[in-house]
Amino acid sequence: MAADAVLRQREDVSNGSPAGEAGDPPPMIELRKVTKAFGRKMVLRGIDLNVAVGESLVIFGPNGAGKTTLIRILAGLSRPTGGTLRVGGLNMATHSDGIRGHLGVVSHAPLLYDSLTGEENLRFFASLYGLANPEARIMSMLEQVGLVQRRKDLVRTYSRGMVQRLAIARAVLHDPEVLLLDEPDTGLDPQAAEMLHDLLARLGRESDRTIITITHSLERGLSTADRVALLVNGRIAFLADAQGLGPQEFRPLYDQYVGGGR
Amino acid sequence: MQRSEQTLTTLTVIAGLAVLVAAYLALVVAPPALGPSGQNLGPDLTAAQRIIYFHVPSAWVSMLAFAVTMVASIGYLRTGNQRWDIAALSSAEIGIAFTIAVLGSGSVWAKPAWNTWWTWDPRLTTYTIVFLLYVSYFMLRGSMDDPARRARFAAVYGIFAFVSVPITFFSIRWWRTIHPVLFDAQNFGLSSGMKPVFFYCLATFTLLYMVFLLHRMRLEETREEVEELKEQLGY
Amino acid sequence: MNFWHAVGAIVWKDIRAEARTKDIFSSMFVFALLSVIVFNFAFQLRVADMKSVVPGMLWVAISFAGTLGLNRAFVIEMDKGSLAGLLLAPMDRAAIYFGKTLGNLLFMLIVEAVLLPLIMIFFNLSLFSVPHLLVLLLGTIGFAVVGTIFSAIAVNTRARDVLLPILLFPVLVPVLVSGANMTGMLLDGYGFRDILGNLQFVLFYDLVFAVLAYLTFDFVVEE
Repeated sequence: MAADAVLRQREDVSNGSPAGEAGDPPPMIELRKVTKAFGRKMVLRGIDLNVAVGESLVIFGPNGAGKTTLIRILAGLSRPTGGTLRVGGLNMATHSDGIRGHLGVVSHAPLLYDSLTGEENLRFFASLYGLANPEARIMSMLEQVGLVQRRKDLVRTYSRGMVQRLAIARAVLHDPEVLLLDEPDTGLDPQAAEMLHDLLARLGRESDRTIITITHSLERGLSTADRVALLVNGRIAFLADAQGLGPQEFRPLYDQYVGGGR
Repeated sequence: MQRSEQTLTTLTVIAGLAVLVAAYLALVVAPPALGPSGQNLGPDLTAAQRIIYFHVPSAWVSMLAFAVTMVASIGYLRTGNQRWDIAALSSAEIGIAFTIAVLGSGSVWAKPAWNTWWTWDPRLTTYTIVFLLYVSYFMLRGSMDDPARRARFAAVYGIFAFVSVPITFFSIRWWRTIHPVLFDAQNFGLSSGMKPVFFYCLATFTLLYMVFLLHRMRLEETREEVEELKEQLGY
Repeated sequence: MNFWHAVGAIVWKDIRAEARTKDIFSSMFVFALLSVIVFNFAFQLRVADMKSVVPGMLWVAISFAGTLGLNRAFVIEMDKGSLAGLLLAPMDRAAIYFGKTLGNLLFMLIVEAVLLPLIMIFFNLSLFSVPHLLVLLLGTIGFAVVGTIFSAIAVNTRARDVLLPILLFPVLVPVLVSGANMTGMLLDGYGFRDILGNLQFVLFYDLVFAVLAYLTFDFVVEE
């Protein structure tokens, strides 16, 4: 049956070593045997993953699988207990300060300042990232996320959707090569979520950004992804091309890997 | 494993014997101290003065333990190896015990010497602060659950705390030159008869510290092992 | 990116945000004022010359108010998770430390600037001489240098607000003792030369702990 064939093909890919044969351009992100423990609790149990330049990888997984921990490690916010992470060929352990300038992160926490205006928030981060022409860039971002009207209002007065849009503006302000998205649509009504996804898709496609997204919405995730990964219990249980993989095919896979015991 | 256990047991026995010898030397053998101009001190004070063989070595161990905690803290920050954290914690526990001993013995000495339970001279005051620093160290550790973070924070605090001690001592001494306190805690010199006993006690207390430290570290390591086993078995 | 540029941006951001809400400043100031008034009542009946308690009282009031301000400065970052935003920026993490320290220093100095005239009025004393302002400056720097990193630690613990004074005060003793000492000496009529040694000592404290904080701040904010 179609589903079986798909499954077999996926397994071939996921059983092999991390994607990338000799002759491919060097990956943007390389994770080798990355582990993370909090005290005695192992959250990530050995992640091996390559993400190519311009690729869009979507990660699914049940709560507690370690998705946010993985994103935090990718963002340089958390140090892995073991293994190495390379971004753009540089080792994160030694070049963290520099690498972070090429990363943009949107998480479910906005990371913005309530008592500053939208504009002031962007100006602050533009300063931190050492942008050359801040005002022009800020205006352009505000236009792209549709917040020009409210730019002089305090972030405290923004709706959740607006806050997330500003968060995206902040994340892309310095034109990062890599975008990390950790369930950015949390807490948004379907309309706002839709707007957000469109925005992200647009910003992602331009400049050939490498995007890693964590999301719970199967449909959206599968439609925008180049590759799909399933993180279960701190390990990548499943990794495959997203092409032709719709929610109907993916659902049973998800249940299989997640549902079946430890 | 067995060999180090044997060594530890031997050391413990030696330390125990050394302490007994020290007690005998300090209380019986050592010559009575004389006043600054060589006069007799009177029965109360002469007896109380023997506290010096306990008080000063305790102070020495308290500082030593604190220093070891600082060094272990630096070691932990540099290597991330948990053994350093265990050393820091163990040393701090022993240190706080000896600090209490310093304060207690200082107080017991002060009463017959100056008819007051306490004197705010620089040394005792500094040791009070040292005690507070130790307490803060443990309160910090006690209020954190994540072991790695707890070790890291405690390490940072341990370094700050120890560095502050000499600075604190000097600041209080400075203050004292403006507001002189009537008593000076260590007004008694060590006569030649007293010196050997004194240094023997110093050495004994150092040995005692090391034995305590090794025991405590071993205890902590065993506890860690038990916790790991529990985790593996799914408790 | 430019280290001091980032530090400046952080300070400016904190000033901007605080200027809007005045949360930190108002609570610090009210607390300092209350401390002074309470001390006044506590000593009034028993102390013949109030001048003798002013130094201690001043520094205690500054300490209490300062601790309050320090707590709130970092709590704000933690609660909204905005510390992560700072950690993501491509600068040396120590810039966060220096930025926060300068911000805290500024807030404390402003509180002191408002407190001093009030003490002058209450106790009919002048504390406004240049030497004394220098004493306050160096002492407050010491407070901010150590207090900022300790509040970054405390904010991550269960005990939070309660833990900061416990961690801070024993380490801060040299500053408090020297500060009160110098304030007292200046009130008693001593001159700048007399306190110079003590002043240098506080400066030494400031430098030692600033360096120590710079070296260890990374360990406090990383995860």
